[in-house]
Amino acid sequence: MTATTAPVKLKKIAPKTPPGPLEYLRRWPLQLWLVLVGLFLYIPLITLMIFSFNDSKRNIVWQGFTLKYYDKALHNDSLITAFGNSMTIALCSTIISVIIGAMAAIVLWRFRFVGKTAFNAGLAIPIVVPEICMGVGMLVFFAKVLPWPHDLPWPLDLGNIIIAHVSFSFPFVAVVVRARLGSFNRELEEAAKDLGASEFRALMDVVIPHIQPSLIAGGLLAFTLSLDDFVITFFTAGPDTVTFPVKVYSMVRFSVTPEVNAASTILIVVTVLLTFLALKFQGSSALTAGHGADDK
Amino acid sequence: MEQSWRQAKSIFLTMISAPLFWLVFFFFLPLGIVWLYSFGENRGLIDIAFTGTWANYAHALDDPYPGIFWKSAWIAALTTFLCLVVGFPVALAITFAPEKAKSWLLLAVMLPFWTNLLIRTYALIAVLRTEGYVNMTYHWLFDMTNKVLGGSLGDFTPLALLHNNFAVVFGLVFVNLPFMILPLYSTLDRMDRSLLEASLDLGAGHIGTLFNVVVPLAGAGIMSGILITFIPALGSYLTPDLLGGPDSQMIANVIESQFKRANNWPFGAALSFILVYLTFIGIALQGIIERKDKGRAA
Repeated sequence: MTATTAPVKLKKIAPKTPPGPLEYLRRWPLQLWLVLVGLFLYIPLITLMIFSFNDSKRNIVWQGFTLKYYDKALHNDSLITAFGNSMTIALCSTIISVIIGAMAAIVLWRFRFVGKTAFNAGLAIPIVVPEICMGVGMLVFFAKVLPWPHDLPWPLDLGNIIIAHVSFSFPFVAVVVRARLGSFNRELEEAAKDLGASEFRALMDVVIPHIQPSLIAGGLLAFTLSLDDFVITFFTAGPDTVTFPVKVYSMVRFSVTPEVNAASTILIVVTVLLTFLALKFQGSSALTAGHGADDK
Repeated sequence: MEQSWRQAKSIFLTMISAPLFWLVFFFFLPLGIVWLYSFGENRGLIDIAFTGTWANYAHALDDPYPGIFWKSAWIAALTTFLCLVVGFPVALAITFAPEKAKSWLLLAVMLPFWTNLLIRTYALIAVLRTEGYVNMTYHWLFDMTNKVLGGSLGDFTPLALLHNNFAVVFGLVFVNLPFMILPLYSTLDRMDRSLLEASLDLGAGHIGTLFNVVVPLAGAGIMSGILITFIPALGSYLTPDLLGGPDSQMIANVIESQFKRANNWPFGAALSFILVYLTFIGIALQGIIERKDKGRAA
């Protein structure tokens, strides 16, 4: 949307300046292209959200506004359980990922040790390995090495999924925290130690406050990754543990219903809120964290 | 800057123990077992014996598996190419946008990316299916034209947009486009703008500048964008599963059926590891190209 409004404003201020040589955003072919790509990316999602309010079972033609599918989705017990499971898993895996990821980042930033290159490369592998391979790995692992008991109390019954989610999210947290540590002035930590702080104290009182925004941004990233994951959960979960994506998958396989639209809209809103939170804590770099070319 | 680990042994050991343990025990061990399984044989219903056989890899060469690998690679390559063509102008526009518009455009690219993959795929089903929004619009246009032409167009037949290879490629481009735009943007953003201006000043057109200046300078970044798009596209499971037809199976779908339905774990393990090897080959190739690129610059 901004693609079209920004140039219009510019034109109002300086009505007759032609676009500068590199002002590609002010040339109409590119503006048209941006609008088309925007439509391509957003139309499916926006229609999905709009039609969740549509008062029609077949869900094609607009019949009038209703909230009954939200009501239905919120009273669908298995959907609610799945949503609760997903939230619990995301929360637990985020906490563990942030702690372990930050530890890995600090170790890599601060120390010289034998095998550092190997450790660094090892941390990158979970980021690049295809999801499906990690999924079957987890399936085999929890079937043969560490069979997860079925009758554990909540939330321990979700432990296997939490473990799997931590395995793929903590390297992303490490990438985000490592980037932030680059801007840390080591003299501050040395000053703290000169003033009598122990290694541990200096770490907790000087380094941790500095990397706090990246801990939050990394945490939000881990949270979204966990909430988003379908493939790995699909392989790790036993038949009686259902997460939100797995539940939606089984609903989608049967039919397209407004109820799924309603449930999806709720999750989209949660995601958008989380994205804005991440933006607030780390600026626009949080957006690309772990996904851009910077993590290479 | 860095400190030798011996200077603070206890803190080093505490800090490295948890991530190292997690990485080894909960990531490399599972993958290692799958790797061992790829050299194993089924014994009975649930037991698998490690026999060091290459039979599973040999089995992957039997029909129809090479065809499926070829088709997956082909679909992933087509997806990557389309993402590059669609994404490059977007990345270019974002790079040279004013500061404020830039962050909004980046946000606009990222938001769908942060949305659940399953939900995005589901949204596409609603758009593409026979009674979906595209066909509905087409039906309406068809009826209107038909009225004007007095019914000479005949009966309406909806477009087959879902459950075929077209839908898979369309879905993969939809899902992976942000993967391409972000690395492209971050390379283009680092580029020296005065070179572009010089080329334009000296009379080259925009297209000429693009191919003679931008592409050679941003080569490594373009390669990394290609790789970042190609790898997830090659291993995608959900998109072909939900949008594809019976003939649009990709490797991941075959792996899934070997593990879940066919219960042939050793063969599924071999297929998974072929996928892992292909990924590593891609990364290695990219590393070589990047190094060459750096060598030329130096």
